[in-house]
Amino acid sequence: MSIVVQSPIRKAGRLRPFLGRAFSRPSFVIGFAILTLSIALALFPQVLAPYDPLAFDLSAIQQGPSLAHPFGTDNFGRDVLSRVIWAYRVDMQMAFFATIFALLIGVTVGAFVGYYGGIADTIFGRCVDAIITFPFLVLVIAIVAVLGPGLVNMYVAITAVNWVYYARLTRAEIMAQKANDYAAAGRVLGYSDRRIIFRHLLPNATSPIIVYWMTDMALAILLGSSLGYLGLGAQPPAAEWGVLIAEGRNFLLTAWWMSLMPGIAIVLTGLGFSLVGDALADLLRPKGR
Amino acid sequence: MPSLSYLLARLLQIIPTFLLVMIFIFLLVRLLPGDPAIAMAEAKATDAQLEQIRHNLGLDQPLPIQFLVFVKNTLTGDLGRSIMLKAPVTEIILARLPTTIFLALYSVLLAICLAGPLAFLAASRVNSPVDVAIRSVFQVGLSMPVFYIGLVLLTVLGAQLRWFPVGGYGTGFLDNLHHLILPALSVALYTSAIILRNLRASLIEVLDADYVQFARAKGLSRRIVMTRHVLRNALVSTVTLLGLSIGNLMSGTLVTETVFAVPGVGRLMLEAIFARDYPLIQGLTLTFAVLVSVVFLLTDIVQSWLDPRLRQS
Repeated sequence: MSIVVQSPIRKAGRLRPFLGRAFSRPSFVIGFAILTLSIALALFPQVLAPYDPLAFDLSAIQQGPSLAHPFGTDNFGRDVLSRVIWAYRVDMQMAFFATIFALLIGVTVGAFVGYYGGIADTIFGRCVDAIITFPFLVLVIAIVAVLGPGLVNMYVAITAVNWVYYARLTRAEIMAQKANDYAAAGRVLGYSDRRIIFRHLLPNATSPIIVYWMTDMALAILLGSSLGYLGLGAQPPAAEWGVLIAEGRNFLLTAWWMSLMPGIAIVLTGLGFSLVGDALADLLRPKGR
Repeated sequence: MPSLSYLLARLLQIIPTFLLVMIFIFLLVRLLPGDPAIAMAEAKATDAQLEQIRHNLGLDQPLPIQFLVFVKNTLTGDLGRSIMLKAPVTEIILARLPTTIFLALYSVLLAICLAGPLAFLAASRVNSPVDVAIRSVFQVGLSMPVFYIGLVLLTVLGAQLRWFPVGGYGTGFLDNLHHLILPALSVALYTSAIILRNLRASLIEVLDADYVQFARAKGLSRRIVMTRHVLRNALVSTVTLLGLSIGNLMSGTLVTETVFAVPGVGRLMLEAIFARDYPLIQGLTLTFAVLVSVVFLLTDIVQSWLDPRLRQS
C-alpha cells in the first residue's frame, strides 16, 4: 500500500488558465511587452541598434535628436540610441546576476532556519538586524570600496547584502507552511527533512519569492545604474545606463539628451518589472483564486 | 506614552546588533586584499614608514586585541584620523552630519506634503480616473533612480529656468532651505512614491472599517472622524514604513549630495572611497548605522504611542 502526501502545489495543468488570467490584465500585458522588448534588445543589439555604439563621427558631434539620430549624438559623435540599446545587455545582466545568487543563497538559508528554528534562527535574526542597520547603498559601496569598482565586485557586494531579504521572506513562508497538516503527514511517513523542505514546503512558498524577485530586479537596475553613475559599477567605456548618464553630466546645458535619454530606458525597464511583479502578486494571492 | 520597561528592553536589543555591526566594520578594513598600511601609505613610503603606520593602526597586535582596542576607541568617540583630510574622523563627520540630517528631514517633510493629500484624494475615489492617474505617475516615480530625478530637476528647474540654485548649501536657515530644495525634492519624489502606495492602501482599509462606519453613524462630524479615527490608524503603518525606509532615505541623500555637490556625509563617503581613506570610510559606515538604529528606535516608540496594542508584546 502506498500513501501519497498531497501538498497543495499548483499542478502543471493549471498553467494555461493562469496565463489566460494574466494576459487579460492590461498592466501585465504592458509589463510583459516591455520586458520582452528589453530581453530582445539585450540579446540582439547588433541587429537592433542603428549604428555602431563605439564609432566616432566627428562630423556629427552633440547633435540634438533628429530622424537620423532619434536620441541625438554624444561628444564624440556616437549615436546615443545605439549606445542605450547596447547598454541593455549590461543592465539586463545586472538585473539577473545582482539578484539570482542572493535569491539562491537567501532561499536556502531561509528554508533551513525557518524549518529548524532554534539557535541557528536566533543567530540569523541578529545577523539580519545588523545588516539592515546599514543603509543598503552605504553597505554596498563600502564593500565595493574594499573589493574595487567593477561589475563582478558589484555583484558580490550586492549579493552579500541582498540575500538577507530573500532569507527573511523564505523563513517566514516556511514557518507558516510548516504548521500545515501535509508537513506533519510527511514527518509521520518518515520522510527526510530535506525531502520535506525541498519537495513539499518550498514549492508552496515560491509565489511571494517570485513576486519579490521581480521587484528586486527593478531595484537592481536602479542600484546598478546608480553605482555606474557614481563610478563604482560598470566602468567606461562600457555602455551602461548610469555610466552614459554620467558621461553626459558635463553637457547638461548644451547636450541634455546625452544624460536624459538613457534614463528613459531605466524608467521603462523598471516599470516593466514592477508591472509584471504587481500583476503576479495579485494573481498569486490565494484569495484571488 | 510607552512604559519605561518597554524602552529599556528595546534599548538592550540594540547591544548584540551593534556588536555585530562593529565586527563587520572592523573586518571590512582587515579583509582588504593586501596590506591596509600599503593601501593607506603614500606610493613612495619606506619600510620604516610602513612599519610606523602599522604600529599607529595597531596592526602589529593580534586580531582580538585589535578589535577590543577598536571598540574601546569607538566608544570613547575616537575613530582615528582621516588620511585625506588629515584631521580626526570624529570631528570631520560631526561637522558634516547636520547638513545631511537637515537634508533628510527636509526630504521627508516634502515627501509627506506631496504624498499625504494625494493619497487622501486617491483613496476617497478608488479606481476613479484621478486615482488611476495619481497611481500611474507615482509608479513611474518608483522606477526612477534618485540621481536621474536629480539631474532632470537640475537641468530643468535649475539650469534652464534658473528658479533654484544648482548646488552648494548656503548660509543661514532660509538660505539652506533655498539651496537644498532641488536635492531634497529629488529624494522626496522617490520617497513619496513609496509613502503614497502604502498610505492609499491603509486609508482604503481604514475608511471601510466598522469603527469608522460606526463613528459616522453616530453623527460625528467629518473632521473628527477623519482626524481621530481615520488618520490616527492610517498613520501607524505609514510611520512604520517611513522608519523602515530610513536606509533608503540615507542612500538617497548620499546620491543627491553627490549630484548637487552638497557638503554632507554622503558625498564625503564617496570622496573617502575614491581617496581610499579607510579610517574615514569606517567612521562614516558606523555613523550611518548609528543614524539608522536611532531612527528604528524612534519608530518603535512613536508606533507604540500611536498603537497601544503594540506595547504589550
